[in-house]
Amino acid sequence: MIYIVIGFLWLSICLYVILGGADFGAGIVELFTKKKNRPKTKVIMYESIAPVWEANHMWLIIAIVILFVGFPEVYTTLSTYLHIPLVLMLIGIIARGTAFTFRHYDAVKDDWQKVYTQIFYFSSLLTPFFLGLIAAATISRSINPNADNFLDLYIFSWLNWFGIAVGLFTIAICAYLASIFALRETIDRLELGLMIKKSQQTMIFVVITGGLVFFTAYISDIPLLMWVFSKPLGVMATLFATICLALILRAMNNQKLLPVRALAGFQVIMILVAATYQHNPNIILFGNGEHLSLLEHVAAPKTISALGWALMLGSVFILPFLFYLMISFSKQRR
Amino acid sequence: MAARAQMAMSLGFHIVFSCVGMVMPFLMAFAHWKYLKTNNEIYKGLTKAWSKGVAILFATGAVSGTMLSFELGLLWPTFMKHAGPIFGMPFSLEGTAFFIEAIAIGFFLYGWDRFNKWFHWFCGFLVGISGLASGILVVAANAWMNSPAGFDYVNGQYLNIDPIKAMFNEAWFPQALHMSVAAFCATGFAVAGVHAYLIMRKKNVEFHTKAFRIAAGFALIGAFGAPLSGDIAAKSVAERQPIKLAAMEAHFETEKGAAFVIGGIPDEEKGEIKYALKIPKVLSFLVSNDFNHEVKGLNDFPRDEWPPIAVVHYAFQIMIFFGVVMIIIGIIYLYALFFKKEWLNKNWLLKTFLIASPFGYIALEAGWTVTEVGRQPWIIYGIMRTVDAVTPMPGIQYSFYFFTAIFVSLSLIIIFLLRRQIQMVPKLYDPTDAQFNDKNKKS
Repeated sequence: MIYIVIGFLWLSICLYVILGGADFGAGIVELFTKKKNRPKTKVIMYESIAPVWEANHMWLIIAIVILFVGFPEVYTTLSTYLHIPLVLMLIGIIARGTAFTFRHYDAVKDDWQKVYTQIFYFSSLLTPFFLGLIAAATISRSINPNADNFLDLYIFSWLNWFGIAVGLFTIAICAYLASIFALRETIDRLELGLMIKKSQQTMIFVVITGGLVFFTAYISDIPLLMWVFSKPLGVMATLFATICLALILRAMNNQKLLPVRALAGFQVIMILVAATYQHNPNIILFGNGEHLSLLEHVAAPKTISALGWALMLGSVFILPFLFYLMISFSKQRR
Repeated sequence: MAARAQMAMSLGFHIVFSCVGMVMPFLMAFAHWKYLKTNNEIYKGLTKAWSKGVAILFATGAVSGTMLSFELGLLWPTFMKHAGPIFGMPFSLEGTAFFIEAIAIGFFLYGWDRFNKWFHWFCGFLVGISGLASGILVVAANAWMNSPAGFDYVNGQYLNIDPIKAMFNEAWFPQALHMSVAAFCATGFAVAGVHAYLIMRKKNVEFHTKAFRIAAGFALIGAFGAPLSGDIAAKSVAERQPIKLAAMEAHFETEKGAAFVIGGIPDEEKGEIKYALKIPKVLSFLVSNDFNHEVKGLNDFPRDEWPPIAVVHYAFQIMIFFGVVMIIIGIIYLYALFFKKEWLNKNWLLKTFLIASPFGYIALEAGWTVTEVGRQPWIIYGIMRTVDAVTPMPGIQYSFYFFTAIFVSLSLIIIFLLRRQIQMVPKLYDPTDAQFNDKNKKS
């Protein structure tokens, strides 16, 4: 049963990164669009996320619930030592969710729209950044429970170059996913061309920030290269991700847009696999050499089995319904 | 202390958002059902208007809920470390219910004229059902803190954990019932009040009258259900947490045939209550159906296990007071409905509802204060003290200021937005209005 629970945890994190990430990306892409193209981009982006955006963010809640029910030690460690970035990320989530809603449900359209839009942009940028930062902190050995002063315990547990690089990389991934997903929402050649160009730009951004991640890992003595390339699965995942890149470029030129989406999702999953597989099942690596493991630091068996059943039962209800929602709204425009 | 204040404040706001989010969909689905039955376009407009309110509040309820799921760990890591695996069950089911709600709301808001009308209606209704289910589940988790179950506490260790037993603890049913009924009451009165005001302004009278009738109907169910469910809750508290009951009533001495205390100023030092109105034997009767039942007083408990008596007592009094006022309003409204139809259009009746619009929420918050502050100094009743559960990180007060600022601004924005929705009623939602223009509508 524990493996089912871990599976769900992993699945919800992946789905959050892909769907939620594309959602954040929508704001990022819009922010980095030239003024004259913005209204058009906004419409395309809105079409691609509107009916499903609430559901996308549920994956985060599912992941958190799994963590605190099944792996309370992991959850409390994160929330104690990474208190500050978590709060900052929360603010991003709140500001973004509300600004998005207000942007579309405010009955009167006037200058307030500009305010919502600004909030929407910047929170779309901040949230994934801190998400990446937090993820980086779990494996960079920067959390040190033995430290005895405020700065080491609560600030330098997350503030380092590697974290910042991973944050930027996450932003890049989000923007990339959003522009890829939006390809199918375009209505004519002109729009399609615009979005393809965007996808290529964000792709370059992903590669650059990815390089930055490896560079900062190298200077901070984090053996990232070894983690990724020392075992066959890591190498395979990296290989797949690279092949996907080529396939996506090809499919884009042929305007085969559905496979592009699937490939991009797959690619991101592969990146996650490559980054996390090596220290699996250890989820948090501490500065004092210890670690928290998903297999060892786990709740009582009865809790895990109840949680597993609840998750399976839940997915019976949720997944078909969610799938139907996505299908019914994705065939509207073309 | 700052952590407790932050939690109280976050929950205080979240309750309002989520109760509206729980009950509004039912109002909306009811109006929608009326539309499907009568084909009256006004009901359709009303459904759409309310659905926008639901959307706005759902989004804020969702973000404040997300915040809370993090805050639990950010503020109370020690509590979550031990309690998470035990009382997490309702949370994982709540996640499911909430997810369904999010999907259903997507279908409903964007699904006009796209789906079979009854499927569409069902989605709206489902928003309400799953919202209600999540509310009940979350309250079950809170009830566990009042009535811990599903584990054995041996020498500071939590053994033999059984999350299912923990979920169906003794307190969950009375608490969940009382909370749901109170949510209907509070939201019913709030919505009825807003529409009563708009009828008085003589704007879109027919539209708002229909809205008012529906909302007032829900308010009635809540107002009459609240004391009944409250009675069940009180009996359950008396049995499980006698000290909380004693604090609610500022009842210091153990006695048989205890009096029901109304008002008064409790004095914790001297252990007495001044200037209170006492109705002999009623408290004993209320908790046990027996006028001579013995009710334990605060003096029978160690001093360091007392909750803040004055806060609990006043909060309880406030809840009772507004509860009674709402019942009276309910009776007047019922009387008008069946015997004096002409009263329904009278300004004084509408004015009463306008004034009463916040009453439900005041009572709701007061009741919440009773159950939460009444549990202090424990975070898990009888097992873990609140002071032992708090995060070791210093500087929590800044986080408190920060979150307060966020919640206050959120609420202001919501009020602002809802006002603008209301301003747009003539143009967007009321088909009988001269300014009505269907092209303004996007979805």
